[in-house]
Amino acid sequence: MLSVKNLHAGIAGKEILRGIDLEVRSGEVHAVMGPNGSGKSTLAQLLAGRDGYQVTAGTVRYLDMDLLAMAPEERARAGVFLAFQYPVEIPGVSNALFLKTALNGVRKQRGLPELDAMDFLQLLRDKMKLLGMDDKLLARSVNEGFSGGEKKRNEILQMAVLEPRLAILDETDSGLDIDALKLVADGVNRMRNADRAIVLVTHYQRLLNYIVPDFVHVLSQGRIVKSGGAALAVELEQYGYAGVESENEVSHVS
Amino acid sequence: MPAATRQLDELIGREYRHGFVTALESDTVPRGLSEETVRLISALKHEPEFMLEWRLKAYRHWLTMTEPHWANIRHPAIDYQDIFYYSAPKSEKDGPRSLSEIDPELLRTYAKLGIPLKEQELLAGVAVDAVFDSVSVATTFKAKLAELGIIFCPFSEAVQQHPELVKQYLGSVVPYTDNYFASLNSAVFSDGSFCYIPPGVRCPMELSTYFRINARNTGQFERTLIIADKDAYVSYLEGCTAPMRDENQLHAAVVELVALENAQIKYATVQNWYPGDKEGRGGIYNFVTKRGECRGANSHISWTQVETGSAITWKYPSVVLRGDNSVGEFYSVALTNHYQQADTGTKMTHVGRNTTSTVLSKGISAGHGQNTYRGLIKVLPGAENAHNYTQCDSLLLGNQCGAHTFPYIEVKNPTARVEHEASTSRIGEEQLFYCTQRGIAPEEAVSMIVNGFCKAVFQNLPMEFAVEAQKLLGVSLEGSTG
Ligand SMILES: Nc1ncnc2c1ncn2[C@@H]1O[C@H](COP(=O)(O)OP(=O)(O)O)[C@@H](O)[C@H]1O
Ligand SMILES: [Mg+2]
Repeated sequence: MLSVKNLHAGIAGKEILRGIDLEVRSGEVHAVMGPNGSGKSTLAQLLAGRDGYQVTAGTVRYLDMDLLAMAPEERARAGVFLAFQYPVEIPGVSNALFLKTALNGVRKQRGLPELDAMDFLQLLRDKMKLLGMDDKLLARSVNEGFSGGEKKRNEILQMAVLEPRLAILDETDSGLDIDALKLVADGVNRMRNADRAIVLVTHYQRLLNYIVPDFVHVLSQGRIVKSGGAALAVELEQYGYAGVESENEVSHVS
Repeated sequence: MPAATRQLDELIGREYRHGFVTALESDTVPRGLSEETVRLISALKHEPEFMLEWRLKAYRHWLTMTEPHWANIRHPAIDYQDIFYYSAPKSEKDGPRSLSEIDPELLRTYAKLGIPLKEQELLAGVAVDAVFDSVSVATTFKAKLAELGIIFCPFSEAVQQHPELVKQYLGSVVPYTDNYFASLNSAVFSDGSFCYIPPGVRCPMELSTYFRINARNTGQFERTLIIADKDAYVSYLEGCTAPMRDENQLHAAVVELVALENAQIKYATVQNWYPGDKEGRGGIYNFVTKRGECRGANSHISWTQVETGSAITWKYPSVVLRGDNSVGEFYSVALTNHYQQADTGTKMTHVGRNTTSTVLSKGISAGHGQNTYRGLIKVLPGAENAHNYTQCDSLLLGNQCGAHTFPYIEVKNPTARVEHEASTSRIGEEQLFYCTQRGIAPEEAVSMIVNGFCKAVFQNLPMEFAVEAQKLLGVSLEGSTG
């Protein structure tokens, strides 16, 4: 589904990603772990189409398309979703309107009719209930005045509504208490299926106790320095990133 | 320039949609301004002596004045002798009695603008006093309003039919000496709307006027006078679009509102005149004087404006809070794109006791647009317990535009409470990316973010108008991204 080959990219002349290789197939859950500043968010945002990065080498294929040539909204409509590490506030735009506009954009692309307001609200309410979210958040402006946990759950709600093929979750676990973490993990687990791939970007192993990944990759200084199964995350938890980084050797899984 | 900025620039670069000139013959008074012109206009309109006298006094006063240059706007010098001061569509001379008598060309013009007059009459329940160039051509729903004693007619008709009301109230809020453009208007105004709501009457429908500027080089000088007598209520809508043209056009309207005891007037404007092209050529100069007076106790006046058009806007809808416990409000959205300039705001003058005013201004600048908020909160010595709350927010799209805020406060009574809040933000690349990452097209995203920013103002517009205003903002910002 997603094939990243030798990706080099930077910002303002500074190289941040220094040769990333990553293969993600339908149905798989990958965890990308690594210390702060290792380039996790850069990779996530670049894949989602954020402007301002210079790609100096490498390719990214997604469902047989040249992902880097697509506009962000085209990527989104083709099923790429990014749960932001820092969700953005949009004053005066209700969460419900935002989601409806987004969903209709995606549905249009898939040749589906627009949902009418009643069906849409029902859909939202059902999904919100599962995430333990208050109905009131629908009428509130997008992320404005939301607590950290509410923002993160709102990202997962958007994912649940938009039903992406490839979901990239950037530090969705940070700032969540244990109950919220379980709800979010349940939400993500419900979305696991054979047609969908999920990339979990995280600093801590904690989330991976609830969403068990098929593969774990360790990112360090813009390179994937180690890849393995779920056990690798546990290892990291015990020995820290320092151990892996010092190996400075890449072992490929896929 | 970063790509995001370039994209924003494309988005906001779309062409004006209402650009066409209707091929109607015009009955035009010769170019230029003199005492003779003033007499000619008055004679063409068969005005009573008091009107001519008033116009002449205004004209003579105007001669003693100089054009103001304190606003934060720039424009080439206006040649007042190069303007036609009066033009009326010819086929309208005999005064049509119904829509069927109206020049079909005119009706097609309205249709092109998306103002289906007939449908409006039938469906929307809105009485429309449509002004085409300087003379009103259609007045509907008159009978229904007349039953309630409401007068809603072209200004020129009011001069004929209700001279006593005109004489009593004309210039009582904006005297002919008020300012350069108001004096000019007083001398040469061609027509406009007149509205009187008798005591205790609540006007059952939104009163609405669509203004258009048509004949080339015709300065537009509209005059509107609205009076809500004791315990009366009226909501008034003014909307405008204009055809595309090359020469800059001067527009200097005057609107006066009078609210007597316990009366309420809500005045809403959507102004969408031709803003000029992308390089800043052409467009309307919109130098308007709008003022309301809360003359009676417990009276209430609110101005709501959505300003998206004109090359230059110079406009400060104001309220004089004379009556005790009276309330004045100003809600404004002003959008400037390309080379548009807007210097707008309000003046709240607290005279009576326990008077309250609220100012909410949302300025949006895109392209090379310059947007200035200029406000004055004035509390006179006798205004015990006056209270003002002002909030001015500016939103910038791209980095070649500008937002400026000049809030003036003059307080002469120590019991006054005056609060002011201001903010400036930029539609960030981050907000835009957040939307597009969710599959929302960039155009739609910008429109959504801008509409969100304006929400608190749109809430004060009547429902249908709010929808129109939202669309208009979308249209004004859309780009040729295709
Ligand atoms: N906009 C930017 N401008 C300059 N440097 C940046 C920018 N964004 C990220 N970086 C730098 O790139 C590196 C990787 O950042 P990031 O991808 O956010 O890491 P992570 O998500 O793994 O913590 C860091 O050194 C960071 O300072
Ligand atoms: Mg990060």
